[in-house]
Amino acid sequence: MKLLTGNDLPTGDVVWWTGSGWSRHLADAADVGANGEAVARAEEGARRVNGPYVIDATPSPEGPRPAHIKDRIRALGPTVRPDLTLKPADPDAGAWVI
Amino acid sequence: MYRYDEYDQGIVDARVDEFRDQVARRLSGQLTEDQFKPLRLMNGLYLQLHAYMLRVAVPYGTLDSRQMRMLGHIARKYDRGYGHFTTRQNIQYNWIKLLDAPDILAELATVEMHAIQTSGNCIRNISSDQFAGAAADEVTDPRPWAELIRQWSTFHPEFSYLPRKFKIAVIAADEDRAAMRLHDIGIQLVSRDGQVGARIFVGGGMGRTPMIAPEIRDFVPADDLMSYLEACLRVYNRYGRRDNIYKARIKILLHEIGADEYRRQVEEEFALVKQLGIDPPATELERISAMFAPPPFDANASAEVDRSDPDFAVWLDQNTRAHKQPGYAIVTISLKPVGGIPGDASADQIDVMADLAQRYSADELRVTHAQNIVLPHVRIADLAAVWQTLTEAGLAEANLDLISDIIACPGLDYCSLANARSIPVAQKIATRFASPERQRDLGELKLKISGCINACGHHHAGHIGILGVDRKGTENFQLLLGGSGAEDVSLGKITGPGFSEDGVVDAIERVTDRYLAVRTEGERFLDTYRRVGMEPFKEAIYG
Repeated sequence: MKLLTGNDLPTGDVVWWTGSGWSRHLADAADVGANGEAVARAEEGARRVNGPYVIDATPSPEGPRPAHIKDRIRALGPTVRPDLTLKPADPDAGAWVI
Repeated sequence: MYRYDEYDQGIVDARVDEFRDQVARRLSGQLTEDQFKPLRLMNGLYLQLHAYMLRVAVPYGTLDSRQMRMLGHIARKYDRGYGHFTTRQNIQYNWIKLLDAPDILAELATVEMHAIQTSGNCIRNISSDQFAGAAADEVTDPRPWAELIRQWSTFHPEFSYLPRKFKIAVIAADEDRAAMRLHDIGIQLVSRDGQVGARIFVGGGMGRTPMIAPEIRDFVPADDLMSYLEACLRVYNRYGRRDNIYKARIKILLHEIGADEYRRQVEEEFALVKQLGIDPPATELERISAMFAPPPFDANASAEVDRSDPDFAVWLDQNTRAHKQPGYAIVTISLKPVGGIPGDASADQIDVMADLAQRYSADELRVTHAQNIVLPHVRIADLAAVWQTLTEAGLAEANLDLISDIIACPGLDYCSLANARSIPVAQKIATRFASPERQRDLGELKLKISGCINACGHHHAGHIGILGVDRKGTENFQLLLGGSGAEDVSLGKITGPGFSEDGVVDAIERVTDRYLAVRTEGERFLDTYRRVGMEPFKEAIYG
């Protein structure tokens, strides 16, 4: 599957395209298929996202899993600061990245 | 400490206003990201993995307590309660909002700080010896010279769009504590016939093509220095490779045309530049130097110290250095707790260090290129009180220059350029070698980790270096041995095939075990490596 990701323009937060808008949570990400680049251009033009790009991912019961470790770290947060990730209550959340 | 005059404050305040307008135009859509990116980078604002990252300049690594408290305030108010001290003696914040950036710069300007020259293809923040003004071995305090170069370089119209970024270091001692010869220009102040002048080294650097700077001039008198630097930069600006980012640094130019030809061209240019009258009068260096006058030392300060607490005694031996003034010491605060993140400090810890500087160190702090903090002027009689406070704040790790005093870049946990995570490797190594006795037995061992070929973690200059690479989507770590950023400068060599994260920790242990087995009396790891070569270590690592 293909996902579209980028950073929120005013805050810099990592965001994922849901099909109708942007979410901070990877679990909300939608498969953009072949439309990623077109959506990216439109959303960037509308100043709703900064630096959007399409990535490969695989579907799983827990949600999409980005193919590259860099995007898994973006999705979660720094592996060395579990308290600053999107799952601060789960000290082992970083294991998902590896 | 240098203090802004009206002109300094004016240009910093004007820059804040200008950037506030640029941010507003970006958010309203008047600027595209392609238009805005070079503008934000000129103000130290990057876009990294999780958010915008702001790099704040700390010229030649010198701060006072008021400035340090501001850094803590920014961490607390605009970031997530911490900052990361960098290998260019700066600090960066990892969770900045674009919306907040103008306000942050405005707050910094109130304490004579900014984020200028922390990004882009300009002359970057000038770095220097963290012991400047306190070290017994310096011929003069290098910071007035660094400040003079800072003033010359800031917004220099010819050098704001160089082929590539440009880094200058200034030292004034034979012991090189600033990796001077691994800079685009390294300057060592020396004394000749009673006059202070500059030895000039050009074309050093790390990155994907590491090189040690050759000496270009053995002595440039003080009143020629700006003209000479101008000539060095002009030759680079004229011939530097703008067509290929990987060949754009001055080290490549030096390599391609040779040091002799570069020197010839610089001398030719210097003869022209000297006529332009850009060198400031001697009174300007004197004016700046007056602001760096030594603090009023107590001539009767006692050199006695009670070493009865064994933990204090270990810290004393490891983290303090001799001061030029009897009765005083230089304290290095380690930001490398075992299992911690090298270079990170919480807002509360930053405040503690500011308080200590104000109370015990003539209101001065220094950021080191090894990502630690220095209190340069502490009375020996006050060391126990300083240590006690540091202990309570989690800042009393007694590991300066030991294997756990690791330089590590932010790596893939934060950096969009990185290929691998640096910090977890540093944490695992520090944990493996956590025993203080074991670390001290190993002695001086500088371990440096970079998460990509750009070498922000100085892996080429580590006695042991680690380079993280991406091998088909998996993190892999190459091991290097034999580097040094000090006066015995050398570049590390790769041992062989790389390792997994755990594998590289095991490999380092095999290296240190072999070192312990073959070292002779008094040899550091680096000395042993240089004596016996790579082979015994390769055998230990790969069998």
